[in-house]
Amino acid sequence: MYAESLQLLWPFLVFVLMLLVIGIYCLFATLNLIRALIGVEILIKAVTLLLIVVGYITDHVALTQALVITLIVIEAVVMAVSVGVVLGIHTHKNSLDIRNIRNMKG
Amino acid sequence: MFLNIIILVALVLASLWTVMTRSLLRSGIGLALTSVILAIIMFRLASPLAAVFELSVCAGLISVLFVSVISLTQPYSQKEIIERMKLMLVRFRLLPFIILGLGLILLLIKVNFDLILPIPETERNVRNLLWNFRQLDLFGQIIILLAGAFAVVILFKEMRKNVR
Repeated sequence: MYAESLQLLWPFLVFVLMLLVIGIYCLFATLNLIRALIGVEILIKAVTLLLIVVGYITDHVALTQALVITLIVIEAVVMAVSVGVVLGIHTHKNSLDIRNIRNMKG
Repeated sequence: MFLNIIILVALVLASLWTVMTRSLLRSGIGLALTSVILAIIMFRLASPLAAVFELSVCAGLISVLFVSVISLTQPYSQKEIIERMKLMLVRFRLLPFIILGLGLILLLIKVNFDLILPIPETERNVRNLLWNFRQLDLFGQIIILLAGAFAVVILFKEMRKNVR
C-alpha cells in the first residue's frame, strides 16, 4: 500500500512546486503591496497542499489536519495584520507602490 | 487519480489567473476560487475538517479582507489601471511559460521516492488528536489570535490619530 501511496506523491509535488513558483514570481515581479500579499497567500496554499498530501500518503491524516488548522489560523491573523499595515501605508503615502516606501528607515 | 490531476490543473490555472489578472478585485476573487479548489482537493484526500476551515476562513474571511482593503484604498484611477496593466502584463508574460516548462520537466524527471514511511497513526479522530495530544497548538493559536487582535486595534488607533 505504501509503494502505491509513494507513487502518488510525485504528481502532487509537481503541482506544489508550480504553486510555489507562481507565488515567488508574483512576489518578485509585482510593485503593488496588495498583489504581494496575494503572492504570499499562494505560497501558503502550496504549503497547505503539501501538508495534506503528505498526511494522506503517510496515513497521518488527523495529525496533518490539526497542523493545517493551526496554519489557517496563523494565515488569517497574518493577513489581518498585513492588511492593517497596508492601509496604514496607504494613509501615509497615498500609494501602494513598493517604490514609494523604499525610503522608510528604522 | 485522473480527477485529482484535473482538479490540480484547475488549481494552478486559478492561481495563475489570480496573479496575472488585470484588476485587483478580480485577483481577490481568484484567490477565493483557488481556496475553493484547494478545499475540494482536501475533501478528496480525506481531510474534511481542514477543508471546512479552508473554505470558511480562506475562501470567506480572507477574501472579504482583501475586497475590503481594495475598496478602501482604490489605488489608481481607471486610466492609470489600464496603463499599469500593460506594464504588468509585460512583467508577468514569462510566468505561464515558466510554469508550463517546469511542469513538463518535473513530469519527465519522475522521481521515485524510496522513503521508509512512519507507522500509521493510531489516533484517527482529528478532534481527539487536537484536544488531547496537541493542546500546545491550541494554546499557540489563542496567543496568535490575541496578538493579531491587539495589533489590528493598535494599527487602526494609530491611523485614526493620523487622520485627525
